[in-house]
Amino acid sequence: MELHLNNIGHKYNNLDVLKEISFSIRQGEIACIIGPSGCGKSTLLRIMGGLETATCGDVYISGEIPSNTINPLTFVFQDFALLPWRSVEANISLVLEDHPIPTVQRKEIIDSVLARTKLSDFKKALPKQLSGGMKQRVAIARALAVNPAFMLLDEPLSALDSQTRELLMSDLIDLWQRENFTACYVTHNLNEAVRLGHKIIVLSRRPGTIRRIVEIPIPLEERHNHLAELEYSQQVLWNLMRDEALAADRELSNAD
Amino acid sequence: MQTKKSKQLKLFENLAKKSLREPEVQVKRPIRFRGGGFVIKPMPWVPPLVFTALIAFWEVGSRSGFISNLVLPAPSEAAQAFIDLAHSGLLIKHVKASLYRLVVGWTIGSLLGVTFGMLIGLFSIARASLFPLVSAIFPIPKIALLPLFVIWFGIGEGSKIATILFGSFFPVVIASYGGVQNVDRNLIRMGQSFNLSWFSIVRKIILPGALPAILSGFRISASIAIILLVAAEMIGAEYGIGAYVLTAGSLFATDQLIAGVAMLSILGLIVSWLIGKAEKALLRWRS
Ligand SMILES: Nc1ncnc2c1ncn2[C@@H]1O[C@H](COP(=O)(O)OP(=O)(O)O)[C@@H](O)[C@H]1O
Ligand SMILES: [Mg+2]
Repeated sequence: MELHLNNIGHKYNNLDVLKEISFSIRQGEIACIIGPSGCGKSTLLRIMGGLETATCGDVYISGEIPSNTINPLTFVFQDFALLPWRSVEANISLVLEDHPIPTVQRKEIIDSVLARTKLSDFKKALPKQLSGGMKQRVAIARALAVNPAFMLLDEPLSALDSQTRELLMSDLIDLWQRENFTACYVTHNLNEAVRLGHKIIVLSRRPGTIRRIVEIPIPLEERHNHLAELEYSQQVLWNLMRDEALAADRELSNAD
Repeated sequence: MQTKKSKQLKLFENLAKKSLREPEVQVKRPIRFRGGGFVIKPMPWVPPLVFTALIAFWEVGSRSGFISNLVLPAPSEAAQAFIDLAHSGLLIKHVKASLYRLVVGWTIGSLLGVTFGMLIGLFSIARASLFPLVSAIFPIPKIALLPLFVIWFGIGEGSKIATILFGSFFPVVIASYGGVQNVDRNLIRMGQSFNLSWFSIVRKIILPGALPAILSGFRISASIAIILLVAAEMIGAEYGIGAYVLTAGSLFATDQLIAGVAMLSILGLIVSWLIGKAEKALLRWRS
């Protein structure tokens, strides 16, 4: 499944948030979107996932949607969005309950995604008992449960400390190798972008437009052997972003 | 020049020596704890102590004549009135009549309240049409409407239940509406992103999310229901704790009055304890 954006523009009331955004994400590719805060990354992701309608332009998917997919476009949110009154298991069950899946099979799916995200021991735990990293694992498990063809991740690791982030990043790489999902990954962390992105889309400050698309041709699983190249890419990205970030920062402090 | 330099060197040397020696010379001063205060500790033995002390003081005051019997009867007299009531077999009748009105009025009022609160929280048309109405009627003291209720629902149980029902309805509407408003938007968006049906989102995300607010609405509506019980039993009630208190009041039988008021207070405590239990059981997920 591929996703295409064609000349997307978006306004909130009279605030221009996104402008002339066009790119495509190929099957099995992880595209990272980076940009200063407030430049419309989350808005763009919501537009891609059908949670918001763009003011102009169009988003469409092409290619075949795998028949075993329950929810082709699936989100992972920065704040995890777990129901605090449901256990880990029940949180995952939530997204399956509206579909005609036999109970036995539903249990199998839950067990399988919990195993894949190393959460089997925490089945009955409530979200409040889990650390941030664990909560995001649960959210990822929930996303996997619907067998997504396309994952939309909105700063999934931003609420976590750097050690946990490191662990989850390698988990994500493992997962991607096994599941081979297509993804759009929003972040403001350049290191995450160069570690996880096949292609990095750099947005300017608001109104967000594409400043550049940087491709990193090193396979994800080999990136830890190419730290120097990654460091270089990260530097390139930072050079692109520095002035934007600075300007965006100033803008926020005297925002209307 | 030479001397100046050597002087400076000496100074540095001295300083260096001093700093080496320093740890031994320094006085150890403990850091004063200043993080205390503002922490409420549970003191389970205090409330019974306060109650006992107060009642003991009251009893002693009454017996010694320090508190005039005309002003306030002794607690033992009130207790005696209560025992008499129990012996006469009327206690059960009073309590039964009141509990019936409370349970029926409060249950229907609260359930309707949750329903209307959810509707107002979920539908723009309900919000636009019902919310101003609710806001306008909420502050009216329902006691003032009692004569109307008597005309509408009859002098029997109807008007009494209607008063309690009406009184418990509004706080629950406002609380449930507020609860729906306060449900984390991100959770709703999550539900939508997984294609949950509208009904599923309401039942599995919005309702549980609003539950804490709904339960505090129940707490308020329960106390209002008890307050209104006395008012509702003002007209044409043969039995009921409220009726008992009112009769005692009009006869200046202050011992019976205190006994009745104590019953109402205990009823309130029991209801509050029950709701506390319900909160504990239903809101275990809260940290
Ligand atoms: N629902 C909304 N209504 C109005 N303005 C919004 C809304 N959502 C976001 N914005 C504004 O749009 C801009 C982009 O927001 P967002 O997409 O969240 O940025 P980012 O995720 O890149 O930090 C911000 O200035 C924000 O204030
Ligand atoms: Mg964002």
